[in-house]
Amino acid sequence: MSTLAEHTVPHVHRDDVGSRLGMWLFLFTELILFGGMFLVYAVYRYTNQQEFHVAAKELNTSLGTLNTLVLLTSSLTIVLAIVAIRKGNKRLSVFLQIITLILALGFLINKYFEWNIKIHHGLFPGSEILLGKGSGEIIFFGLYYVMTGLHALHVMVGFVLIEIMTGYTIKGKINSTNYVRLEAAGLYWHLVDIIWIFLFPLFYLIT
Amino acid sequence: MSEHYTDASLEHKPTYGIYILVWLVLMILTGVTVAVAGINLGNITVATALTIAIIKSYLVLTFFMHLKSESATFRIFVGVALLFLLISIALLFTDYSFL
Repeated sequence: MSTLAEHTVPHVHRDDVGSRLGMWLFLFTELILFGGMFLVYAVYRYTNQQEFHVAAKELNTSLGTLNTLVLLTSSLTIVLAIVAIRKGNKRLSVFLQIITLILALGFLINKYFEWNIKIHHGLFPGSEILLGKGSGEIIFFGLYYVMTGLHALHVMVGFVLIEIMTGYTIKGKINSTNYVRLEAAGLYWHLVDIIWIFLFPLFYLIT
Repeated sequence: MSEHYTDASLEHKPTYGIYILVWLVLMILTGVTVAVAGINLGNITVATALTIAIIKSYLVLTFFMHLKSESATFRIFVGVALLFLLISIALLFTDYSFL
């Protein structure tokens, strides 16, 4: 309840619910972006079922599984970082954010090795080996590179965002009463996680 | 100078435990997806993989993304967004599943 006395004090207005809702609205645009790609995938998988199965055999399921576990764990550490800062435990929050950053980096390094192996096997868009295969397999690898590539780009953006938030937390700009920015970065990171939750079975587990 | 802000807190008492539990379930579900993929379930292979992915996403949305403790407005927003995605998928497959 506001009293007359409170109104005489100049105050900073902040709308955390509005900020979070704004972040969610942005996430819906991401949903449309990736949703459209999943639609393309669905159509081509439906029309090239056999070739998609053959092409998916080239993908490394172990690396894919490892990356799934890494990303899920990083989602946990970022959400725990929010709990920690809300409890006023700044050191733990910073530590957990740094762990998230390390896991994000681990995901990207893993992705680098994965793509590197593919490229060494001559499986990249426009390569002679790939063009010698059937159209369904060419489409599969096209989608694989575009979708996991765009996802990896999101991981990089998430990495930069969380890095900035870690800086804010160290400086005290993010604290136990003002942590909405960390929340927003966390929401973005979880979306990246959800996209991977769908990419993983659709590309790596269809053999 | 006092700060005025609306509903800064998501829930009254933040705890670590629930998130660790959700993470464990997510890890187990990942294991299940990988294990099930090795078995040939024929036509329901894709359906099984997608069902597990949907359960995992539900857990991430509800707990990690705090939809559980957000107001109904958030849940309605997300519901509408997902509904439109579902409509696009459904309309698309009216064109393709009867080839």
